[in-house]
Amino acid sequence: MLQAKRGMAVFSNCQSIGGAALKGYLKYFGGKLIWFLITLIFAFLLNFILPRLMPGDPVAIITQRVVQGMTSQTGIQKVYEEYATLFGTNRPMHEQFFLYVRNLFQGNLGTSFSQYPRPVADILKSSLGWTLALQLPAILVGWMIGNTLGALAAYVKKGFDKVLLPASIFLSNLPAFGMAVILLVIFGVQLKWFPTSGGYGFDMIPKFSWDFIKSVILHYQLPFWSIVTIAIGGQAIGMRSMSIYELNADYVKFARFLGIKDRKIIGYVFRNAMLPQITGLALSIGTMVGGALVAETIFSYPGLGSTILTAVMGQDYPMISAATLLITLMVLVTTFLIEILYGVIDPRIKAAQTD
Amino acid sequence: MKHTLGQIFRSPKFLVGFVIFMAILLLVIIYPLFVTDNPLGIIGQGTFFEPGIYVNVYDSLRSPQYILNLDNAAINRIASRLGDQERQDMKEWLIEYGVPEDEIDIDDTESLMELWVNNYDSTIVVPGMTAAKRKYYVRLDASLEGILATEGFHISVRNEETGDLDEVGYVNQKDYVNVNQVANVRILPLGTDNFGRDMLTELVAAIGVSLKIGLVAGLIATMIGLSLGLLAGYIGGWLDDIIMFITNLFTVIPSFVLLILISYSIGQEQRGAITIAAVIGLTSWVWTTRAVRAQVISLRNRDHVNLSKLSGHSVLHIIVADILPYIASYVFMALILQISSGILAEAGLSILGLGPKTTEVPTLGLMMNWAMIYSAHIMGKWWAYFPVIVAIALVSFSLNLMNTGLDQVFNPALRD
Repeated sequence: MLQAKRGMAVFSNCQSIGGAALKGYLKYFGGKLIWFLITLIFAFLLNFILPRLMPGDPVAIITQRVVQGMTSQTGIQKVYEEYATLFGTNRPMHEQFFLYVRNLFQGNLGTSFSQYPRPVADILKSSLGWTLALQLPAILVGWMIGNTLGALAAYVKKGFDKVLLPASIFLSNLPAFGMAVILLVIFGVQLKWFPTSGGYGFDMIPKFSWDFIKSVILHYQLPFWSIVTIAIGGQAIGMRSMSIYELNADYVKFARFLGIKDRKIIGYVFRNAMLPQITGLALSIGTMVGGALVAETIFSYPGLGSTILTAVMGQDYPMISAATLLITLMVLVTTFLIEILYGVIDPRIKAAQTD
Repeated sequence: MKHTLGQIFRSPKFLVGFVIFMAILLLVIIYPLFVTDNPLGIIGQGTFFEPGIYVNVYDSLRSPQYILNLDNAAINRIASRLGDQERQDMKEWLIEYGVPEDEIDIDDTESLMELWVNNYDSTIVVPGMTAAKRKYYVRLDASLEGILATEGFHISVRNEETGDLDEVGYVNQKDYVNVNQVANVRILPLGTDNFGRDMLTELVAAIGVSLKIGLVAGLIATMIGLSLGLLAGYIGGWLDDIIMFITNLFTVIPSFVLLILISYSIGQEQRGAITIAAVIGLTSWVWTTRAVRAQVISLRNRDHVNLSKLSGHSVLHIIVADILPYIASYVFMALILQISSGILAEAGLSILGLGPKTTEVPTLGLMMNWAMIYSAHIMGKWWAYFPVIVAIALVSFSLNLMNTGLDQVFNPALRD
């Protein structure tokens, strides 16, 4: 009886710990989710307010650009009014904001100026896919290779480190577009291994065929590797210093003193050094995406970077605004996902939230 | 202080970075003293002149002439117009035309030329040859004209009265001029860009402007970051909450997006180099704020700070005398990184066409933008983009190397 009672007690105890852990996770996720939503709202607000904060009348400026060469005063007035209605700038601010939010929720991002009358959402839908398929794998692969090299440099030291550290510093300081141009000239123009521009052969229409896929893969290589190479450098430096820091920690000395095998200790060390690197990835993904967008334009890759470039060239305000919003959204979601993953991996999160 | 400086300069990483950076800085300062041309002055009529020494043809005719008997002069002259590729192409055409292959010896210039002159006719249509290739052969044929001539050139001047050409001089194939005696010689070490500007002068000016942009952006970002970090860390309370809320927001919202939005909204006419620098500074203070705040929080309750508080020193005095000295090294390192990332941010913006307006000063980003727009990279005009990339990489590499060196001095855990 007593035994059973104790058993029950142990069991319920277990359950309560499990429940608490789950509660801890939920608390962590909940916190992150709320924070994600707040940033999202703020990003929307910024996207709405920034252009309207600028000195002068943006609609007048846009009109001025469009009507260049037009002499009829009434015609210019007409264009101005058209745009004012389009942007809703002739209404009070709060009404404009509701209009903006309502349009956003309906997926209506306005009409493109430079590719009139195509809706912006339509143009961005195709470029978003290209950018996602290029940048996410590239950044992840670069992150993994970089971390492995950094950990190796910290552990092996000697010659490897002496070569890797300066090389990494140099690589991570080369802007992504610089690497893009160098790879393009060497492998695209000189060796002619890969095509120099576009996302697929210029003589093809996107369809699900073997030729098309082959062409896409060929076009994918140069942009992909230029982003990967840049990411490797920065991550290797970070991982190297984290690992050196951990290798010198007291627990490592103590573990060595206890006679625990080196391989096992290294496992612990790198797991600990890895955690800040995951946070680092979450925090730096915005910057990396920015750099990669510029690299995209070098290859005229049909992603968001090239879309922004054409929008800037064509002075297409609705498109720029929508593209930046989309990039922000992309970065926010990725950051959120990485943080959720981090919560699952790092045992300290559970501990901290259960306390 | 002296000891710290000594320690810093013993760090090989810092030293290498410092030397590279100083070399770049010296170049930017000294070069304009010798070459006072306007960096945006258009000197070349045409795009992308190759790097080299440009000798004025008119002046060289007027310069004292010397006769040099050099054996390989004729060979060099022929080779410059009839290279291996041209010989191969000629052979191809002749075979297509019907000349037996064993009769053609592409290494024997005279017999090859003879075959060519006897057989080539631009009106003959070789079956299966593209129009582009046919036009290429017409050009090749024209360029080969007079290749085996041993005659020189007659120099004539038109007679004002009769309209006849009066011979005033004769240039022999063995005539030479001394470059030092030619009145007008221009060295273009990096050639010209797409507008016909001297690349080197432009590049040096661009490095200077880009460094200035980096410095202004870095100073603004560091000042904002330092003030906000000190306020949030030292004063704490609701002020800390508000500052951290804003900081966290801007950590997640990519600053590049803000840069694009703001730069576009400012408009091309209002975008000077310093305006761009200010915008970059205003969007990149987040990291400094976070780091300064964290450091200040750990310093806030140290004994010497508490002692200072008990002695009745003002908040300002405590911050300046008891906290700033402890974070000064860190803030300086942050400033170095901010300068470097400011330069990169400008370059990125300019490539997207959102850089400073193009008529005033060159920047590294603008030069890159021009080279890309005129597809210098596809056309193999390496001098238009490669030096720019190297300049950007060297500046940012040297700054980061200095930062890593400082880090190892001030953060003993990272020392090897």
